Amino acid sequence: MKRNFWFILVVTMLALAWVRTASAQQPTPSDDDVNAIAKQLYCPVCENTPLDVCPTQACAQWRDLIRQMLAEGKSEAYIKQYFVDNYGARVLAEPPRSGLNWLVYLLPPLAFLAGAYILFRAFRSWRALAKEPADDASAVGELTADEYVARLENELRKRG
Amino acid sequence: MFAQFGYGVLVVTFILSLFGLGAALRGALTKSYPWAESARRAMLLTFPLITLSSLALIYLLVKSHYEVQYVYSVTSNSMPLYLRITALWGGQAGSLLFWAWLLSAFTSAITLRKWERDGEFLPWVILVSSVTLAFFLALIIFFENPFVSWWQTASGEVAAMFRPAGAVSLTPRDGQGLNPLLRHPGMIIHPPLLYLGFVAFVIPFAFAIAALITGRSDDRWIRITRRWTMWAWLFLSLGLVLGARWAYDVLGWGGYWGWDPVEIASLMPWLTGTAFLHSVIIQEKRGMLKQWNMLLIILTFDLVLFGTFLTRSGVLSSVHSFAQSAIGPMFFAFIGLTFVSSVSLLIYRWNDLKAEVELKSMFSREALFTLNNLLFMGVLIVCFWGVIFPLISELVTNQKVTVGPPFYERATAPLFGALMLLMGVAPLSAWGGSTIKTLGRAVWKPALAAGLVMAVIFAAGVHNVVALIGFGLVALVIFVTLYEFWRAALSRRKTSGENFFLALWKLAGRNRRRYGGYIIHISMVLMAIGILGIEVFQTETQGTLPQGSSLELAGYRVKFDSVAQFDTTGGRNVTRAVVSVFKDDRYLGDIYPRRDYYYESSQPMTIPGLYSTLADDLYVILVDWQPISASGATFKVYHNPLVNWLWIGTVIFIFGTLVAAWPEKELQVAG
Repeated sequence: MKRNFWFILVVTMLALAWVRTASAQQPTPSDDDVNAIAKQLYCPVCENTPLDVCPTQACAQWRDLIRQMLAEGKSEAYIKQYFVDNYGARVLAEPPRSGLNWLVYLLPPLAFLAGAYILFRAFRSWRALAKEPADDASAVGELTADEYVARLENELRKRG
Repeated sequence: MFAQFGYGVLVVTFILSLFGLGAALRGALTKSYPWAESARRAMLLTFPLITLSSLALIYLLVKSHYEVQYVYSVTSNSMPLYLRITALWGGQAGSLLFWAWLLSAFTSAITLRKWERDGEFLPWVILVSSVTLAFFLALIIFFENPFVSWWQTASGEVAAMFRPAGAVSLTPRDGQGLNPLLRHPGMIIHPPLLYLGFVAFVIPFAFAIAALITGRSDDRWIRITRRWTMWAWLFLSLGLVLGARWAYDVLGWGGYWGWDPVEIASLMPWLTGTAFLHSVIIQEKRGMLKQWNMLLIILTFDLVLFGTFLTRSGVLSSVHSFAQSAIGPMFFAFIGLTFVSSVSLLIYRWNDLKAEVELKSMFSREALFTLNNLLFMGVLIVCFWGVIFPLISELVTNQKVTVGPPFYERATAPLFGALMLLMGVAPLSAWGGSTIKTLGRAVWKPALAAGLVMAVIFAAGVHNVVALIGFGLVALVIFVTLYEFWRAALSRRKTSGENFFLALWKLAGRNRRRYGGYIIHISMVLMAIGILGIEVFQTETQGTLPQGSSLELAGYRVKFDSVAQFDTTGGRNVTRAVVSVFKDDRYLGDIYPRRDYYYESSQPMTIPGLYSTLADDLYVILVDWQPISASGATFKVYHNPLVNWLWIGTVIFIFGTLVAAWPEKELQVAG
């Protein structure tokens, strides 16, 4: 059993190495391979322009660089890190999840939850305050713009 | 001469607006009718005066007076007449003048209404409008003057309003020309519509402040500005959609919305404005959410200013360029001042604005509308924070970061989904007292039908969860809305004996806002179909093709026929490819993706070739080509399913808003 395990592991490792070598030897990655990575990066020069669609000469060269790195067998993660190391975190479509950047991810959901909590509390206090028993039909009647709509509201409620 | 005239008129208008401000304040404080009337007349005069000043600038633009710096920077000899006129809002100084012109037009229009019933509001409305107008005029006169001219002095060229000592006028032979990206019909109409929407929101804000100051806690200010707000919202929405169409047609990246900070800047007031449109109904019907409505219109006003500030101050490219910009700090101070003073007023009146009627059920329509507001605020927080965070990061850590589409899409998709769910459920709830049981009874049939639609879509091979939920919600909204129309028309037919269609027509006529709103809901979910289509199912491929070869994508085949390069009017060099489109080997037609190169600005533009149907768009971009032999070219092809429903939804949206905003007979009597 144990021997089988080691056998499978060695074969898997060899297979992976073979696949990796094969991909490393791929002569020219396609435009789609390049764009799949360029799409996730932002032009280091232009404001808010993804690298795959930026029409400037500089970006064309950066795409060529991605192509070259792919041809050398570099992984997607490696290429992205290369761009971050050379041009800063702004080349990523989202701030890296570290340090102050956590704020960008945490603040909106926390603020929304706080808003939901405040609303929930307000709902409860409104309901507790409601002294009743003013009936709904009269409330609609007094507040609706014209009589016809009030009648319609009632009719619709009846029909449910 | 015209430059001095235009500037002089602006200075007079600025003084007049200051006078109007003072007169309105005195009229309000002393309850003096003559002073209030004097302020009103001053306000009325600002419109023809700013019109004169704008006409002077248009004259200079049309007649190629390149000695004027603004004319030099936004026009050139090669530009046609219509672009010269629209260059009025093509640059910073001109667009601020345009803003001021619209504000004076709206303020004049509002002062012309009958004020008998609301005389106490008049001076305060004029005060708020004239403070805003004076602020914009001050920006134009002192910091971003479109009438500044070029002068040649001994030490070189300078730009100044008045001739420096010993200087001679300098007239360049040609101008720099309008940014090529702005030379598109969409971009010609998009800014004015957006500005119309922006500026029109000043009026409900002015009434809200007037109500706060005078201590009127009823909904009179809302009723007066109801239709005004609808129009403002219509223009703002159209401005947004036209901007999206422009991006789709001109920017050449296969999409319509890139979550760019400039786009978000105009979306934010739309979010609060949309929440406001819903929540004022609760105040009108139930006397609730008075404080919240005040806060919403204050937020909308300040987000309008914030949007203009973001796009005009340079703060987005860097917080440091903001500090260097003349108008950035001014805007910042004005936004802060108006926000703090308005919120202080609101806090002062807080207790007067308590609800008249209490909430009875968590499933009543008012409760669901309030939930809708919470969701809109959720989207707003995501947008605001996403725009602001890179600036904070740069300030604190000196590190620039990008907050791009993945962040916004992930954060807003569930909120938009929940909004669609509410759009489906809320019309079936009743004011005051729905329970889970009554609501459930009303909703189960349309929900079942929507479930069936989801099952059919699943069976057809769509297994993407987002798409399935999205299309299910679309179906729910459509079924509920049609069901509402149907049962209301049946009910009317029963009582009036009219035929079904007449009953439907009269029903919509009697309650235009409600049924206009339902049509808008339908238009929104049609837009959602387009958005889901492109967001979930967009595919793309790119390849370099020898002449006569093809690329295939999503059942389409595009064949590269030829490419040609030539100079054309407008100072452009055009590289235009001819591409044949086939589907299942059936020839569908030719499209012409091209690259325009503008000599004046050395700027390229990528214009896609588009083959468009109701089911999908084939969007082809010319990425690169062989300049010498013209024998090979690189194309990027996008397949954008269902995207046309976005534009179709827009047309229905306009119709729905017109129905909702059209004056009702009852209101004419009341107003």
